Amino acid sequence: MTRAPKTLYDKIWDAHVVNEQDGEAILYIDLHLIHEVTTPQAFAGLRAAGRKVRRPDRTLAVADHNIPTEGQAKGVDAVADDEARLQLKTLARNVEDNGIEFFPMGDIRNGIVHVVGPEQGRTQPGMTIVCGDSHTSTHGAFGALAHGIGTSEVEHVLATQTLRQEKARNMLVRVDGQLGPGVTAKDVALAVIGEIGTAGGTGYVIEFAGPVVRDLSMEGRMTLCNLTIEGGAKAGLVAPDDKTFAYIQGKPSAPKGAAWDMALAYWKGFVSDEDAKFDRTVVIDGSALVPMVTWGTSPEDVIPVTGNVPDPESFATPDKRAAAHRALDYMGLKAGQPISEARIDRVFIGSCTNSRIEDMRAAAAVVQEAFLHGRLVAEHVKAMVVPGSGLVKEQAEAEGLDAIFKAAGFDWREPGCSMCLAMNPDKLAPQERCASTSNRNFEGRQGRAGRTHLVSPAMAAAAAIAGHLTDVRALFEETN
Amino acid sequence: MQAFTRLDGRAAPLSLANIDTDQIIPKQFLKTVEREGLAKGLFYDFRFDGDGNEIADFVLNRPEYKGSSVLIAGDNFGCGSSREHAPWALMDFGILCVISTSFADIFNNNCFNNGLLPVVLKPEEVAQLMDEAKGGNHMVSVDLAAQTVVSPSGKSFHFDIDPVRKDKMLKGLDAIGETLQHATDIDLFESKRALDRPWLEA
Repeated sequence: MTRAPKTLYDKIWDAHVVNEQDGEAILYIDLHLIHEVTTPQAFAGLRAAGRKVRRPDRTLAVADHNIPTEGQAKGVDAVADDEARLQLKTLARNVEDNGIEFFPMGDIRNGIVHVVGPEQGRTQPGMTIVCGDSHTSTHGAFGALAHGIGTSEVEHVLATQTLRQEKARNMLVRVDGQLGPGVTAKDVALAVIGEIGTAGGTGYVIEFAGPVVRDLSMEGRMTLCNLTIEGGAKAGLVAPDDKTFAYIQGKPSAPKGAAWDMALAYWKGFVSDEDAKFDRTVVIDGSALVPMVTWGTSPEDVIPVTGNVPDPESFATPDKRAAAHRALDYMGLKAGQPISEARIDRVFIGSCTNSRIEDMRAAAAVVQEAFLHGRLVAEHVKAMVVPGSGLVKEQAEAEGLDAIFKAAGFDWREPGCSMCLAMNPDKLAPQERCASTSNRNFEGRQGRAGRTHLVSPAMAAAAAIAGHLTDVRALFEETN
Repeated sequence: MQAFTRLDGRAAPLSLANIDTDQIIPKQFLKTVEREGLAKGLFYDFRFDGDGNEIADFVLNRPEYKGSSVLIAGDNFGCGSSREHAPWALMDFGILCVISTSFADIFNNNCFNNGLLPVVLKPEEVAQLMDEAKGGNHMVSVDLAAQTVVSPSGKSFHFDIDPVRKDKMLKGLDAIGETLQHATDIDLFESKRALDRPWLEA
C-alpha cells in the first residue's frame, strides 16, 4: 500500500493527535513555555476549578516581558513598578505551588522565553511547543510545530497537556539563490511579509525551504520563523538538518548517550516527503534581496533601504489606503521621500527576533568597523543593546562585544523583552524615531506615539552611527 | 465561558485594516493579574490623547455609538500579540461581536474561548454594513443559530462558522471540562509517547 506523501507539518500533527472529532483534534503538547504576563489568570482559573498542572515537567517558566533591564541582581522586591512586581511575584508563587522549573530574573539562564528554550536544549525537532506569546513561532526553526496561544488556552494546556486545534493548510516559502553581503535572515523575513502581506499566512503553516534557508545558521532560522506570525501564519517551520542537531547537542536538556542516538533517528524523519503537496507555494529570489526597512505601522509596510516611502493612494483597497495615510501621518513621513533620509533618535538592538549571540556579533562588527573609521554613535542618538538571555550576555562579554558597544556610546543592558514591547521602563517618548531589531512597528508598540522602523542588527548599528536610516553596505563609503 | 446566542445592538464602524492587539489594548494594561476591569484600556490611544482627555471624534466616544455591542472593523482584525486581554477588554466594554472580512488566528481563537463572536462577511457586505452604521440607524441583529447578520436597513447576510465552534459558543461550554472527558485517551497517548520517546521523560 502506498501512503499519501506528507509535509513536515502533517507529520508533526499526525504524531500528536490524541483524539479527532468533527475536524477538531486534541493535540498533545510536548513543551509549554510560560512567562509572567499571560499566565496569572490561567493559574487563577485552575485554582478556582480545583485543577492541577498535568505535566509540570513539560513546562518551563521565565520572567521576561516586564522586567527592568538594569539592577536585576537587586531582585524582584526592587522592581519599581507595583503592577509588574505583583505579576512577577504571582508567577513565582504559581510555579512554586505547581512544581514548575523557573529561571527567575537575575538567574543567568533567564532571558526572553524564545531565546531560553533553544539555548537550554528544551526545543527539539518534531515537538509541539506552545506559549502564551505570539512569537513562539521562533521554535519552528528546529522543525517543531510551535505557536502562540491565549490565556484560556494556557490554562487548557496546564490542565490537560493538550490543545484543541483545527488543522491549518500547508504553504511552502522557497528562498532561492544566495544572500548578498549585508543581507540577513531579518531581511528575508521582512521581504516574505512584504510579499504575502500581514494576513497572507492566515490559516497556513509555512515551511521555509530552499538554498538560502539551508545556508542560514540556526539563529538565522529562528529570526525567520520568529517573524512568521507577522505574516499571519499559524507557525513557521524549517526541516531539521545536521546544523539543527549540532546546535542541540550538548545543551543542558538535550538527550545524552544512547538517548541521543535514539532521538536523532526519530528527528531525522521530520522532513517533508519529496512529493508532498502544498496548498500554496511562494518563491523568493534571495539573490535579489537587499537590506529591508519598514516605513509604516504594519510589518507588511516594508521597502528596500534604497527605496522611497510609497504613496498611500497606490494601495488597492479603501481600508488599506486609509491605513497607509494614517501610517504616514503617525510616522511623520512623506510619500516619495527616500527612507534613508529619516533621521533617528533611538536604536534598539534586542528582542526575541534579534538578541542572540550572532545578532550581537553582527551589530558589534559594524560598530567596530565604524570605530576604525573614527566614528561613534551619532551625537543625537540614544542607542541600547539588550542581550536575549543571561547566557548570551555572558558570551558577548567573554568575546569583548560589550566593550565595543560601550566604547562607541551604546548602553549595554541586562536581558529581557525590553523596548520591543515597552512593558518595562525602556520605551520611546512620543514622536521619537527608532531603528529597531524587534518585530512590530505597530502604533504605540515601543511607547505612545513612538515611531519604529524594523531592521536587522547590522542595519540598526549602521543607523546608530549614521544618525539616520542607512544602507549598511554603503555606510563606510560616506567616511572614505 | 459565556454563551452567545443572539444579539440586537448598536454597531460602531471602525474602518481601518490591520487593527492589532496593541491598539485594542496597549501594554500598560497587561500588568494586571485579573481578567476584569480592562474596559478602561480598550483602544486607549484611540480614545484618549496624551493628556488622558477623550478624543471626541473617535467612534466609540461619539454619543450616538455609546453602548455599542457590535464592532465593524477592517480586514485582519486582531493581528499581532496573543494577548487575551484584547477580547477581555472588548467584552468588559460591552462589545460581544466583531464583524470583519478576516481575523488573525490567535485573536479568533481567544474570542471563541470567551464567548465573543467574530463574524466573517464578504468585503462588499462589510462595506455595506459599515456604510449603514455610519448613517442615522446603527441597530444590527446577529443570530448565531441562524448564522445571519441583519443590517440597520433590514438586509440579511449569511455567515459561515465552524459547526463545532458554533455549538460550543451557543452552549457556552467549558473547554477544559470537555477535554478532560478524554483523559483516558491522553493517558494512553502519554504511555505510548514514554515508550517511543523516552528522552522526553527524563
